[in-house]
Amino acid sequence: MLSKRHFWAPVVLAVATGAVSAQAETITVTVDKMAFSPTEINAKVGDTIEWVNKDKFVHTATVKGGWEVMLPVKKSGSIVVQKAETIDYICRFHPNMKGRIMVAAP
Amino acid sequence: MHIRPIAALAALCLLGAAPLAQAADMPTDPQIAHIAYTAGALDVDMGRLAISKSKNKDVLDFAESMVRDHEAVNVQALDLVKKLNVTPEDNATSKALTDATAAERAKLEKLDGAAFDKAYVDNEVAYHKQVNGALETLLIPSAQNAELKSLLETGLKIFQGHEQHAETVAAGLK
Ligand SMILES: [Cu+2]
Repeated sequence: MLSKRHFWAPVVLAVATGAVSAQAETITVTVDKMAFSPTEINAKVGDTIEWVNKDKFVHTATVKGGWEVMLPVKKSGSIVVQKAETIDYICRFHPNMKGRIMVAAP
Repeated sequence: MHIRPIAALAALCLLGAAPLAQAADMPTDPQIAHIAYTAGALDVDMGRLAISKSKNKDVLDFAESMVRDHEAVNVQALDLVKKLNVTPEDNATSKALTDATAAERAKLEKLDGAAFDKAYVDNEVAYHKQVNGALETLLIPSAQNAELKSLLETGLKIFQGHEQHAETVAAGLK
């Protein structure tokens, strides 16, 4: 038992980190002059979406009835997308700011 | 109804076919700067009133964002007039805005609880609608300086956001 665990653990670890480092990316969305740019992005499950707020105003990336990332002035915030879906989000303080993330299976 | 002088000015501008007549009716940059700054400062005051009176989380959240955003825009406006060496000039539209807001504030001060929340948020919807209308039809088209125009355009996007935010909060109060 013990020897078996010793044998498998490093292999599983190697496969897992290999898969993650090869595929997961960080996709940056800039928030400037009251807009998300790019407005639409493509991502894969496991990718990190990072919003960089360059504006002089506090914004959010908010999914109605779902998650919210606060974006203070000149700060950034991020989430990891968990499943394949199309996510429409807005800024809660300025709902005329809209964005979309199209998440594909890994 | 609050910004009748602006609406009247806007109507004059739209009707005035002759460029000369139009130019005479258009506010100057120092007047535009004063109107835009006043509109923001008045909404900051109303936001502070709401923060002191309301207990509703959505209303407080909205009021805090009004204070934050309008102050931020006005800091930029002050920086710009300083840079351009423009002295904002008081005018009939600024005065009308100030008087109308003072009257609205007096009404709101007498209300409490849900009645206050509803009256405040409804007024915010109407106020932003009117200011946005003035920005779109009069202030932005009249602005001569490119940087002033650009700041007004950013302001319009923010205020349009506020209008939608206020509508969302208003819908939640019903
Ligand atoms: Cu925003």
